[in-house]
Amino acid sequence: MSTSAHAASHAQRPSRSAKAGRTVRFRILRCDGPGKPSRWETFAVKVEPGANVISCLRQIAANPVTVDGKATTPVVWDAGCLEEVCGACTMVINGKVRQSCSCLIDEYAPDDNNEITLEPMTKFPVVRDLWVDRARMFSDLKRVKGWVPIDGTFFLGAGPRERPKSQATRYVLSTCMTCGCCLEACPQYNIEPDPEAWETSFLGAFAISQARLFNMHQTGKELAGERLDALESPGGLNDCGNAQNCVKVCPKLIPLTESIGAMGRATTIHAIASWFSRG
Amino acid sequence: MGQRVIVVGGGLAGLAASVRIAESGLNVDLFSLVPVKRSHSVCAQGGINACNEVARQQGYSEYEHFDETIYGGDFLADQHPVLEMANWAPRIIDLLDRMGVPFNRTSEGFRDLRLFGGSLYKRTHFAGATTGQQLLYALDEQTRRYEVEGKVTKYEYWEFLWPVIDFDAPRPRCVGIVAQDLRTMQIRSFRADAVIMATGGPGLVFGKSTNSVMCNGAAAARCYQAGAWYANPEMIQVHPTAIPGADKLRLMSESARGEGGRVWVPRKKGDTRAAREIPEAERWYFLEEKYPKYGNIVPRDIATREIFDVCVNQGLGVGGENSVYLDLTHKDPEYLTRKLGGILEIYEKFVGEDPRFVPMKIFPAVHYSMGGLWTSFAPGSYQPSSPRPGHKSGTTPPIGSDIGQGMQPGALENSRTNIDGLYAFGEVGFAYHGANRLGANALLSCIFDGLFCGVSVVNYLGDDSISKNPAESYAEGVYRGAVAQEEQKVKLLLGSASRPAEERTNPYAIHRELGVEMTAACTVVRDEPRLRQCLEKLAELRERYASVRLGDQATWTNQTLAYTRAVGDMLVLAQAVALGALERRESRGAHYRTDFPERDDERFMKTSLCKFDPQSGQTRLEFIPIDASLVQPRARTYGKKESDAGGKKTEKGSPQPAAV
Repeated sequence: MSTSAHAASHAQRPSRSAKAGRTVRFRILRCDGPGKPSRWETFAVKVEPGANVISCLRQIAANPVTVDGKATTPVVWDAGCLEEVCGACTMVINGKVRQSCSCLIDEYAPDDNNEITLEPMTKFPVVRDLWVDRARMFSDLKRVKGWVPIDGTFFLGAGPRERPKSQATRYVLSTCMTCGCCLEACPQYNIEPDPEAWETSFLGAFAISQARLFNMHQTGKELAGERLDALESPGGLNDCGNAQNCVKVCPKLIPLTESIGAMGRATTIHAIASWFSRG
Repeated sequence: MGQRVIVVGGGLAGLAASVRIAESGLNVDLFSLVPVKRSHSVCAQGGINACNEVARQQGYSEYEHFDETIYGGDFLADQHPVLEMANWAPRIIDLLDRMGVPFNRTSEGFRDLRLFGGSLYKRTHFAGATTGQQLLYALDEQTRRYEVEGKVTKYEYWEFLWPVIDFDAPRPRCVGIVAQDLRTMQIRSFRADAVIMATGGPGLVFGKSTNSVMCNGAAAARCYQAGAWYANPEMIQVHPTAIPGADKLRLMSESARGEGGRVWVPRKKGDTRAAREIPEAERWYFLEEKYPKYGNIVPRDIATREIFDVCVNQGLGVGGENSVYLDLTHKDPEYLTRKLGGILEIYEKFVGEDPRFVPMKIFPAVHYSMGGLWTSFAPGSYQPSSPRPGHKSGTTPPIGSDIGQGMQPGALENSRTNIDGLYAFGEVGFAYHGANRLGANALLSCIFDGLFCGVSVVNYLGDDSISKNPAESYAEGVYRGAVAQEEQKVKLLLGSASRPAEERTNPYAIHRELGVEMTAACTVVRDEPRLRQCLEKLAELRERYASVRLGDQATWTNQTLAYTRAVGDMLVLAQAVALGALERRESRGAHYRTDFPERDDERFMKTSLCKFDPQSGQTRLEFIPIDASLVQPRARTYGKKESDAGGKKTEKGSPQPAAV
């Protein structure tokens, strides 16, 4: 992102006029486990300075009592780095998918008694409460052979030299943290709890973009044809409806639609080449 | 089932080990609290150190990297392992490069380099400011390849509970683990001929730190309680520059200083002007003034103590608070975006100000544990008749960088704990960083352990004593007993839910108090009365923990159970940290005692070794000699000059530019 764009987005941030010592209500969609019914519970949390959704969930966990004074169980959620680099704490906040660690309360709920809604992602099976099982994403990284096929870990000298421009492109693609925001926002991506069906279900933007990442690398290219075959198979590029929601929600600003376009062109060429080589 | 290796932890060390061992043809069972791609290694920002061609032609060498690491660690590390690591470093960079890590590039397409703490040469390789993430992803990808081939089986969202140890063997021998599925809550044992602990550091013992939520040290603490020794627990690195937050203290990478960031405070106490309105002459660049040679890139413990002193003792923190400026605003914003984008975005996201235009406000935070599970090594072929004097920067090194001079490649005891078959790789070990870790050496030590010592594990499985008596031939009893012990712990914890809810026995309250106490007593400055008070507090917390009450009785995905169980283990580890800090009556590296401000090589150039006494549940501590056979200790001053904020500088001028 250019600096001027950054400065502009910075200027648009809401100002920090949030009231100190206020209380914020968290309305949370809860579920005790797969197949169990969901229910809403609301908690009141006294906001600490610099609070985010995680620090508030911790307060709830330490004293799980709803606004009605009913004792309940601590809310379950997934989290890791808390600096928006691991992707674990993704959830749907006020209807929009994002990481909860970088969701600052002063911005989302600046006034006393403001309410924040927390729901689990809907495209993955719920494990419990806000924790969902995203194993399908990691499985899909296998489908697109998301790795560089090196000869092994013995020392064989340096890797290929690379132009800074190529590195810059690959670096951005490689910051994908498998969080699933792009899938949550995608109208073509549907929940699929059955691992047997994953092989033919839609891969989604993140996996297509990973295919592009590895096809760009000089050694990674060795598997380019196999990756393109996967993208031409059921659940591949053809399932993309071009809604372009993915790129709007990516927290790492990965140019996902550009990746989809690039892979679309590559699969077309690949298909024609395969057709001719058959002839 | 054949011979199997268990790797616990899927960060850089665990994944490097998994790849190396799978490549040798053995089967690996990989356990992790989180999907391995979300491991804490993703948080590492700045880079990974290695001698490189540009630095080499200016006089730098692997040997100087070794010497810097020993000096940076204040002569506490055993020296042979560090030598081997430094010699391997350039080869490791090449390998990562081949795996496709998007290292930043020069205009000619070579790997770019940056300056980092503790060196006058550019020897840090980096991928934006998310180097750890990029290295982790590369190893995650290679691991996935072996997963597809069926050589690696992942157990993600499984928690390591206990090592299964055969104490009847000629030497205690680890033959598997007990683990729990954090979703179904199933507890079961897994057999293996070797177990590699690669479970990272214990940041959560200090409450808020730069660590991820799973870095609670519990796995190490469990091995410790099961009989593994723990070394140098008091050596806790407090990173000088972190962003304070309600849930954690987010790291602001050392690369911000390596790329030219300047640390300063207003010279006038309580100056209320905005940073940009304070003229140059009224700013105190205290690191540059006190350390003209290294300036802002002095090692972390030194920067931390200076910042702490300026804020806490002199009351010169920004706005009278505990914070100092870390200023990059004199640099070209485009350059900053290219070199440091990732970390500047973190600051902007969590603080709401753009560090390209407004100086950042930062303060030290607990970051890394140099101490960890004690491990052994087989010294390599470089055996000088007596330790050499310190290496003069930029001069010809006494030896080349051949493999095997530091440690014997493939020796069974490399990075092995005192228990046969139980290894410790990466931050959970204690081997490479002495009393203070240099920036960008952590990623190196993790991957080095995985690659170099992974071969030791492979050889161990091939050793007659193991291959002729494999874990799969063991009677079920030893495993059943370990599972029963863990099931009993869970039963007690779940049963506690019926007790009345009170603050005293609330696990969150106990953990919060633990964190506050440890941060107050066992971080930047320490002294005997405060440490004794800390040990008393820990005893009180353990007493309260004995009747801890769980807020959740669920038998499905009970996070409170896992959390509360870990708090118990953290309390054990905390005692070792405090006891080590008390008994080490000197100052060395990260360990600074106001009542013993000098380093005392005679008495304490030694490893503090903790052994857990299962009868009393207490830590027993002794000091054992270190391997200092390669380099003589020397005063660790980084060329410090005395100065004060009042404007009477002892020496004028900006810091000497680094050599490169």
